[in-house]
Amino acid sequence: MKKFLVLFAALAALWTAPAYAALQVDVTQGNAQPLPIAIPDFLGDPQVGANVAGVVRADLERSGLFRPLDPRGFAEHATNINAVPNFGSWRAITAQGLVTGQVTLQPDGRLRVDFRLWDVFGQSQILGLQFFTTPENWRRIAHMVSDAIYERITGEKGYFDTRIVFISESGPAIKRVKRLAIMDEDGANPIFLTRGDYMVLTPRFNPTAQMIAYMSYIGGKPRVYLFDIETGKQERLGDFPNMTFSPRFSPDGNQVALTLETGGNSDIYVMDLRSRAMHRLTTDPGIDTAPSFSSDGKQIVFESDRGGGQQIYLMNVDGSGQRRISFGAGANGTPVWSPRGDLIAFTRRQGVQFSIGVMRSDGSGERIITNGGRDEGPTWAPNGRVLMFGREAPGGRGSSIWSVDVTGRNERRVLTPGSASDPAWSPLIQ
Amino acid sequence: MMYFSRCLKFTCLSAALVLGACTHKQEAVNTAPPPTPPPAPSAPAPVTSSILPGSAEDFRVNVGDTVHFGYNEYSIQDADKGILGRQAAWLAKYPAVRVSVEGHADERGTREYNLALGARRANAVKEYLVSQGVSTGRVETVSYGKERPICTESNEGCWAQNRRGVTIVTGGANS
Repeated sequence: MKKFLVLFAALAALWTAPAYAALQVDVTQGNAQPLPIAIPDFLGDPQVGANVAGVVRADLERSGLFRPLDPRGFAEHATNINAVPNFGSWRAITAQGLVTGQVTLQPDGRLRVDFRLWDVFGQSQILGLQFFTTPENWRRIAHMVSDAIYERITGEKGYFDTRIVFISESGPAIKRVKRLAIMDEDGANPIFLTRGDYMVLTPRFNPTAQMIAYMSYIGGKPRVYLFDIETGKQERLGDFPNMTFSPRFSPDGNQVALTLETGGNSDIYVMDLRSRAMHRLTTDPGIDTAPSFSSDGKQIVFESDRGGGQQIYLMNVDGSGQRRISFGAGANGTPVWSPRGDLIAFTRRQGVQFSIGVMRSDGSGERIITNGGRDEGPTWAPNGRVLMFGREAPGGRGSSIWSVDVTGRNERRVLTPGSASDPAWSPLIQ
Repeated sequence: MMYFSRCLKFTCLSAALVLGACTHKQEAVNTAPPPTPPPAPSAPAPVTSSILPGSAEDFRVNVGDTVHFGYNEYSIQDADKGILGRQAAWLAKYPAVRVSVEGHADERGTREYNLALGARRANAVKEYLVSQGVSTGRVETVSYGKERPICTESNEGCWAQNRRGVTIVTGGANS
């Protein structure tokens, strides 16, 4: 992914933004009042300009916080990105935000993308950025434009320039083929990373989104592996006589928390990736698994049935201070700490009903936010405002990936090539 | 899951002969309806001339490869002790054979939890075979969690079939 780094953004300072601009969206309110925004096709090459604007419109619409207006209703067709828009004509179609942009192929072969975000009622430019990249990289630039707009209006970091690693599924449930796959956050550019000749499960990104930790049944021996996305190199993590599973990187990327099964008993360990030393954190005879680091790296949340049923526990990163934090109905597992640090997402199971919930990191304020019946394995957007998860169809009829705001609103199916499960959301790509 | 085993798995697994005691203790705290007993193992089919004694097929057909478990449990049920005894006897007769025990779970559990539960079940089968004289080095275990069901409907009949330990001949058999 380093090849993507040959792009940069610069402030286009032709107009300075007045400070009174009031165009904003409160992300904590979900999609109650999505902001009407006009995003005409970008000027310049008509195909590329339409493509970039189309991705930006789709990104912002998908967030549930924006309502991109139908370009067929636009009265003004600007020909110069540097001209001040006729705000009256945009107000007339109820647009509150306006994005104008331009794509230019540079003499050196690079693609230049400029855009400006206007506050229609404030009659002012509130953001202007310029990007350079290779022409085939236009989708990433479009996502970066979306991220910039989202951040300027909501005050929160965007999450469109991210990727999803997941398990692609095919074949009947009794003989399902599971392959490691990766795609852009909007489902574009899906790539299979393994061929499907052995089962793979539970992929997780490292903090630079360059590495995936996952579980593979290569050679019939289920173990945790690392996959380097850039080189395609796979490496077994450690050499253990028994199963290792449920890997999760530490926030600094230097450690992997995982579960090692010994004599039927599953316990949580942390492996230092440089020394490969294993440090054991749990010794309980119950099942201890599914560890996830806190965003500050000081604590680990995990699941255990040591108290009789599967529940969520917290411990310090050295294994001390183990205590139960989930007390809701049913079984609770697969805890995942939000990148913001404020919430822990989890899977609630009552009988054969699975749903996604969130709770504060002390276990209080529990809320169940999905009711799809078979929702399992949440993963956080890097801004901690949106979750993805897998949803199983009953009777082994395949699975799909969905996203939902942490408010429980804006539930949507994520586009995948065929059946898919177990998504993991990348951090913001650097 | 609320009635999960109170007995330490160490105790349950390290001494197969006291499993009965552990099981009684489990039942005392069981607040859910008892799981439907899995189908009784079918009577061993007569050895036919087409099946080579000491082969993987001989083991699968004439001994039986599968045992079943209660919901969220991993203790060997009394009904399955016969089949595991036959497995141990067959392995004593063919000492070069190595096996792998697959542990499986039904769909009522999260992915990682069921991997751990499958490992418990595979290990329980291994411990029982070892208690019957099979050398520990001949028995590997592998958990598939809920990833390899043999029945895909959401009902107790399917769940009971999927909660299983399957002994697979992996080497040293006649062929």
